[in-house]
Amino acid sequence: MKQMFTLAVAALLAGVASLGASPEAHVVHVKDFAFHPASLTVSVGDRVTFQNDDDEAHTVTATDKSFDSAGLDSGQTWAHTFDKPGTYTYLCALHPYMKGKIIVLKAKQP
Amino acid sequence: MKRKEFIEHVGWTGAGIAWTLSAAGTLTAAADALGSGLTFIQISDSHIGFRRPENPDVIGTLRKTVDAINRRAVQPAFVVHTGDITHLSKAEQFDTAKTVLSELRAPVLYLPGEHDVIGSPAEYFTFFSRADAKDGWFSFDQGGAHFVALVNVFNFERMGLMGQQQLDWLAKDLGAQKQSTPIVVFAHVPLYALYPQWGWTTEDGSKALALLRRFDRVTVLSGHIHQIIEHTEGNIRFATANSTAYPQPKPGTAAKPGPLLVPPDRLLGVIGYRTVQLDDRGGSALSDITLG
Repeated sequence: MKQMFTLAVAALLAGVASLGASPEAHVVHVKDFAFHPASLTVSVGDRVTFQNDDDEAHTVTATDKSFDSAGLDSGQTWAHTFDKPGTYTYLCALHPYMKGKIIVLKAKQP
Repeated sequence: MKRKEFIEHVGWTGAGIAWTLSAAGTLTAAADALGSGLTFIQISDSHIGFRRPENPDVIGTLRKTVDAINRRAVQPAFVVHTGDITHLSKAEQFDTAKTVLSELRAPVLYLPGEHDVIGSPAEYFTFFSRADAKDGWFSFDQGGAHFVALVNVFNFERMGLMGQQQLDWLAKDLGAQKQSTPIVVFAHVPLYALYPQWGWTTEDGSKALALLRRFDRVTVLSGHIHQIIEHTEGNIRFATANSTAYPQPKPGTAAKPGPLLVPPDRLLGVIGYRTVQLDDRGGSALSDITLG
C-alpha cells in the first residue's frame, strides 16, 4: 500500500514537472460563417480542435493544403496537431470568404 | 392528392421579355401543351447526406421530385442536375443520389456544386464522369439549341471561379456557333454578381458573359442559392432554381446564408423542379413546380 502511494506521488510530481512543456489543447469554434477566434497563437505540438457550431457544413482547409478537415457537418469536430512553427492561413472551401489563421510558435520554455 | 403548383411563366418576345405570373396550378395544362420545341427539366441542390430539421428526409424529397417528373405526360428530352447533388462529397451520398436519380425515365446530365468536390472532385468523377467532359465542363447540340455545362466550383480558394483553361475552351466552343443559335448555359453558382456578400457570384463570370453577349438569345440556369431569382442583362437571361431539399434566405434578409427552416407542412411548397421549354425561335419558357 505504501509503495503504491509513493508511486502515485511520483507520477503526480512528474506530471507537474512536465506541465510547462506539455502540449495544450485549443478550440476554434465555427459559427455564423466565421472562425472564432479568427487568429489563434499556439505552440509546436499543440492540438487545435475545430468545432462546427453552425447550421451549415464547413471545412477547415489550409491555403497551402498542409491540412484539410474535409466536409464538417453541423455539430462535427476535427482536430489537427501543429508540429512545425509558422503561420498557417486557412479557409472554408465551401465558403472561401471565411478565413482564419493559426500562428505556431517554437516550443515553450519550461 | 393535394397538389399545388406554382407556375412562373416567362417567354421571349421580339423586343424583350414578357413576364407573366400565375399561381395555384392554373397554367399546369398550358405548360404541358406549349409549343412543340424542346423541353427539358432542371433540378438542383439535393444535398444527399444533409440531416437537419430544415429537411430531415432529403432522400425522400428527391424521390418525390423524381416521381413527379416521371408522372408528367410529356417526358422531357433530359433532366439536368445543376449541382450540390451531395452534402459532403461522400461516396455513399453519391451512390444514394445516383440510385434515386437513375429512376428517372429521361436521361440525366450532371454538373458539380461545391458540396460535390470537397477536398477533390475524385468522387464526383467516379460517379458522374462523361467521356466528353474530362475536365468537368462539356457542351452538346440538341433540338436546334447549343447547350453548355460550366464548372465554377473547382477552385477551393476562390469559389465561383471558372479559370482560364475553361474560359479558353468556352471561347472556342462558342466561336463555332452562329449568332442566331439559341444558347443554354448551366452553371452551379450564378454567373453574375447576384449577391457577392454571400459568395453568390462567379468571380470571372463576366468573362464568360462577354463571350455570350453576341448571341441573340441566351438562357443561363443555375442553382446554389436554393430559391428562384431571375435577372436579365441584354439578351442574356438568368434564372436560379429551387432546391429539391431546403430553401435558403432571400439575399440580405438574414445575417447569413444557409438552410432556412420553414414550418414542416410548408417545406414541399418551396422545393421542387423546373421545366424549360425552348420555342421555335429559341426563346425559353420556365415553369417552376413545387412538390406540394
